[in-house]
Amino acid sequence: MHALKQPAAEAEPAVPPPGVIPHPAAVRSVPARGAAAVPAAARQWRNTQLRGRLISALLWLVSLSVLFAVWYFGTKYRVDFYIRFTNIPAPGDVFDKLLEVNRSEKFITNVGISVRRILSGFGIAILIAVPLGLLIGRYRTVRDLLMPIAEVLRPIPAIAWVPMSIMLWPTNEVSIIYITFLGSFFPILLNTIHGVTGFDPVLIRAARCLGAGEGRLFWNVILPGSLPHIFTGLSVGMGVAWVSLIAAEMISGQFGVGYFTWEAYSLVNYAEIALGMITIGVLGLACSGAIQMIGSMLMPWSSYSAGRKDS
Amino acid sequence: MSGMGEQGESGRGAITISDMGVVFNARGTMVEAVSSVDLKVQPGEFVSLIGPSGCGKSTLLNIVAGFVEPTSGSVLVDGQNIRGPGSDRGVVFQQYSLFPWLSVRKNVEFGLKMKGIPSSQRETQARTLLGLAGLLAFENHYPDQLSGGMKQRVGIVRALATSPQVLLMDEPFGALDAQTRTVMQEILTNMWQQFRISVLFVTHDIEESIFLSDRIYVMTARPGRIKAEIKVPLPRPRTPEMTYTPEFIGLVQQIKGLIREESLAAMGSELKEGGLSGFGVQVGPQGVGEMV
Repeated sequence: MHALKQPAAEAEPAVPPPGVIPHPAAVRSVPARGAAAVPAAARQWRNTQLRGRLISALLWLVSLSVLFAVWYFGTKYRVDFYIRFTNIPAPGDVFDKLLEVNRSEKFITNVGISVRRILSGFGIAILIAVPLGLLIGRYRTVRDLLMPIAEVLRPIPAIAWVPMSIMLWPTNEVSIIYITFLGSFFPILLNTIHGVTGFDPVLIRAARCLGAGEGRLFWNVILPGSLPHIFTGLSVGMGVAWVSLIAAEMISGQFGVGYFTWEAYSLVNYAEIALGMITIGVLGLACSGAIQMIGSMLMPWSSYSAGRKDS
Repeated sequence: MSGMGEQGESGRGAITISDMGVVFNARGTMVEAVSSVDLKVQPGEFVSLIGPSGCGKSTLLNIVAGFVEPTSGSVLVDGQNIRGPGSDRGVVFQQYSLFPWLSVRKNVEFGLKMKGIPSSQRETQARTLLGLAGLLAFENHYPDQLSGGMKQRVGIVRALATSPQVLLMDEPFGALDAQTRTVMQEILTNMWQQFRISVLFVTHDIEESIFLSDRIYVMTARPGRIKAEIKVPLPRPRTPEMTYTPEFIGLVQQIKGLIREESLAAMGSELKEGGLSGFGVQVGPQGVGEMV
């Protein structure tokens, strides 16, 4: 019976510092140094962490400042050296424009419409591409039946669909959502398929000998196991969705940030062009940030799997 | 030990393999992996399979697990034919095979969940088992936070959670370092004695097979057959000190001799084409045995 207590000899700290992956080597050495060593080590660890984060933040600041400085001084001194800053609006002009457009509802309505289009198109793409990807990845018949269609349609860029889409769908709004949907559909589909086909077969074996039938295997093993790949698809898909949306709005649009930007160009309103661009950038950033956040919420385990496969 | 009462029952967990053969179709050529194997595991017995690499011992285990179908002969577990994998036979893999997205406890609960056992009951059972394996403090950790030895302990506990009659283990400690391995062998012996189930254990480590088993089957090179059956007369409980006794060492030497013959036979068939002649060594069909 003594052997059951043996695990303690393999050394496991009762409480690892929060958020720390207990590295096997560290795990073995920490208790040996006695209880007093632990808080000191933890404090030192925290300090190192803090300094690392501070340096990161500083570098971020430097990087963004350089970009801003190029813009600021380029427009201030009207630099004309192959690249022409002569007609580019200065940061201050764009800021004034931001205040100005917010005096009416028009700008914020445009933003709202773009966001709504993204959420609809992207949402529909998730609902269709993820289940389809799982089925195509898992079942050969489904793959042979559907992959030809996917392979034929995939090389056509979403933007090339604009004229056809206008003819195909009853309203302008639906056709723009369709373009957005198309843009995100294929990245999500292909990454989901990849998640299933690249699945560790040992995990499927393990699940089956623990009594999982096909249905439960799908829901309890293949879906959660493919989530990292699915989220890669969502990140890429969100980027392409914005590209497609803005292009569609510029070409066929009424309303939307893309339309706003293009209209500004037609009216030779330089500050509004820049404002439209920045707005698109900020919205894109917010959307991919949201996906990342949801991803790490759904997959708290993924932060540990950096050195996966074996320890 | 709530809900674990049933498995103390003796008389379950018998494996009977008779005249079994497996032929694989490897790109058009038929490869005989295992041939006319007769093997028995009594209820509650610990049996090891050992042999040169590629001898089909893992194939044999996969057949009992239900992943591979035998081409000929019969395989019975408690008198029943095997129909695919099932939770009546627990399997422990060398690659741990824990679900990385589930916590340690949820991993252990997985088989119970598949059986439709309600969540509160699952939790109690899983925690009892984790306590036995000294893993209770880690129930909320994810597999990727654990060391190899701890992962494999979770793997064993997870396989035992569904109260299987037999435990099938495919080189479960092959990826662990020597120290961890020894500890794991003791833990396994302990759990096996508590649960009183049959174990079929595949390994290429001779000392490990002797330390753990009641009986050892030594297999031949491909196609794998049973070359010898060796009883391990060492008393239980076994301690690491026993590995220094003349009895133990005698068994090691006996098995080593049997396996070396087979390894050489396997290599000899590759070397017949003159593989070693480049090194100035004369190798004939019989010459190999003499040489080494």
